[in-house]
Amino acid sequence: MNKDKLSIGQGPCLPEQRTRTHEVFRSLAKHRVAFAGILILLFLTAMAVFAPFLAPCDPNEQDLYHVLEGPTAQHLLGTDDVGRDLLSRVIYGSRATLMMGALSTLFSAVIGVLIGLVAGYKGGVVDMAIMRITDTFMCVPALVLMLVIVSALGPGMQSIVISITILSWTWFARIVRGQVMLVRELPYVEAAHALGASGLRIMFKHLLPNVMAPIIITATIALGGNIMLESAVSFLGLGVQQPTSSWGNELRIGYSYLEIVPLFSLAPGLMITLAVLAFNFMGDGLRDALDPRLRQNNTFMK
Amino acid sequence: MLLSVRDLSTSFFTENGIIKAVEEVSYDLDEGETLGIVGESGCGKTVSALSIMRLIPFPPGKIVKGEVIFEGRDLLKLSEDEMCDIRGNQIAMIFQEPMTSLNPVLTIGYQVMEPLMLHKGMGRKAAQGDCIELLKDVQIPDAKARAGAYPHEFSGGMRQRAMIAMGLSCNPKLIIADEPTTALDVTIQAELLELMKDLTRGIGTALIIITHNLGVVARYADKVIVMYAGRIIEKALTMDIYRKPRHPYTIGLMESVPRLDQDIKQKLLSIEGQPPDLACLPSGCAFHPRCRYVTDKCSQVTPELREVSDNHEVACWIGD
Repeated sequence: MNKDKLSIGQGPCLPEQRTRTHEVFRSLAKHRVAFAGILILLFLTAMAVFAPFLAPCDPNEQDLYHVLEGPTAQHLLGTDDVGRDLLSRVIYGSRATLMMGALSTLFSAVIGVLIGLVAGYKGGVVDMAIMRITDTFMCVPALVLMLVIVSALGPGMQSIVISITILSWTWFARIVRGQVMLVRELPYVEAAHALGASGLRIMFKHLLPNVMAPIIITATIALGGNIMLESAVSFLGLGVQQPTSSWGNELRIGYSYLEIVPLFSLAPGLMITLAVLAFNFMGDGLRDALDPRLRQNNTFMK
Repeated sequence: MLLSVRDLSTSFFTENGIIKAVEEVSYDLDEGETLGIVGESGCGKTVSALSIMRLIPFPPGKIVKGEVIFEGRDLLKLSEDEMCDIRGNQIAMIFQEPMTSLNPVLTIGYQVMEPLMLHKGMGRKAAQGDCIELLKDVQIPDAKARAGAYPHEFSGGMRQRAMIAMGLSCNPKLIIADEPTTALDVTIQAELLELMKDLTRGIGTALIIITHNLGVVARYADKVIVMYAGRIIEKALTMDIYRKPRHPYTIGLMESVPRLDQDIKQKLLSIEGQPPDLACLPSGCAFHPRCRYVTDKCSQVTPELREVSDNHEVACWIGD
C-alpha cells in the first residue's frame, strides 16, 4: 500500500527529466540538512578562494599597540596576541585547513580506491594479504601515528597531508573492496569478460563507475574527519607553522588566552565545527540521494 | 571446420565434492552453421559454452581435459592475453539476461563501441559512427539519440537488441547465444531470433544457440545436441532429431511439447522425476532412474555416443 502511495507521489516528474544526476540533485535539494551543509561548504570554499578580497586586513600585519583586544569597529573579531586582525586570520586560515583536508582526502581516496579495487577484483590470497595490511593500519591509534609521522618529517602542511593520507586510505580501501566484491559477481562483468576486456579495463571501466556512489559518500565524510585530524594535530602544535594561519593553529594560540579574549579560540573552533558538520550533513544527504533504498525510506517517513 | 570441441570436461571443485558439470563433450561446427544445444536447467549447456570462451571462474571451476580447436588453434592452450583478443572479436557471446548483462552506469552506445575500440583499434569518433550503424541494424529506432541512453531507459527487448549489436560489432566468426530469448516475452522472442539469424547469415557467422526451447531449435538450428547431466546424449541434424528421436530423454522432451497436430484429448506427457544432482550422479547412464526403457545394463555401464545412422549419434543401450 505504501509502495503505491510512493509511486503516485513521484508521478508528476516527467520521464524525460528523470536522469540519474537530475534525480540525485533533486533529492539533495529536498534533503534540508544536506542542503544547509552544501550552502555552508560553498560559503567556506568561497571564503578560502576569495580570502584576499574578503579579509579586512593583512593577516600578518602586527599592531603591537592593540594586542588581545575584543571586537572593535576596526577589528570585528578583535586581535590576537601580537595584534593581528583575528577575522582576517580566520578567513586566511580556511585556506590552509580546507586545502589540507581536501588534499589528504584526495590522496587517500586515490590510494584507497586503487588498493580496494585490486583486492576486491582479484580476491583470494591477494585480497587476504591486502586486507590484513589494511587492518594493521586501522589498528594503530590515529593521533599517535600522526604525531610520530609529523615529528619525523617535521611540522608543516606536507607532513600533515602525508600522515592523514597514510591513515585514511583504509576507509576507502575497505568500502571499495566490499562493493567491488558485490559488483564483480554480476552478469555484466562476465559479459565484459566475454567482450575481451582485460582485467585492468574491467576494473577501471566497468567496476569503478559502479562503486562511485559509496566513494563519493566516503570522501565527503572523510573530508570532515580529516579536517578534525588536521585541527587536532595543529592544536598540539605540529601543524602549519606561524605566521601561516590555520584554524587548529589559531585555536591553540587562542586557547592560552581563553579568559582574556574568548573569541580568539572560539572563532576558529566554531569554524572547525561548522566545516566538519557541513561535510557530515552533505555526506548524509548524498548517501540518501545515491542509495535508492534509503531514499524511498526517507520519503516514506515524511 | 570452424570449431571442433574434443572431449571437453569441466568440473567444479566444491566443498560438497567434485561436480562434473560437463563430461567429454565433443562436437564440430562449420562456418555459418547453426548449432542448437538443448537440455534442462543445470545440464551443463551454459558451462560448456563458457568453457569454450574460457570464462569458467577458477576456483572453483576448471576445465579438466579436452581441446577446443578454433580455426586450427587450441583455445585452451592460449594465454589469457591471446584469449582476450579472441573474445568479443572472433567469438562473441550473447547472454541470457538482458536486464543484468548490460552495465547500468555506462551508456548503451559506449557498450556497443567498446569491442570496436578494443579489437579494431578504432578511435572514439569512428566507433561512434559504427555503433549507430549497428544499432540501426538491430532495428533500434532513433539509434543516434538512443545511443546516449542508459540501460535502465531501455525495455528488455531493446536491451537484448543492444546485446546483439555488441555481439555482432566485430563481425565475429562465431556467436554463442546463451538462452538469448528466455527472459523476453513470446512475441519479441521470435522477432529477435529472426533478426539474429538474418544478421549472422549476412556476415557468415556460425551460431551456437543454447536453449531449452525445442521450437527455437527446430526453426533456427542446422544440427542439435541434446545434453543430460553434463553429457551429450544425442547429436543429430535438426530434421532427423524431430522426425526420429532415438534417446528416451529426447523422446520425452518431444512429447512434453504441445503440438498442433495431436489429438485434443491427448494428455501432454512429462518426464517423471528430477534431473540428477551433478555431485552424486547415478551409476551407469545418468538418465536410467527416469527412463521408461531401463534395463540392468543401464545402471552399470555408461553408454558411449555411437552412430545409429548418418550424422545421428545416440548414447543409449536401446537397440543394441
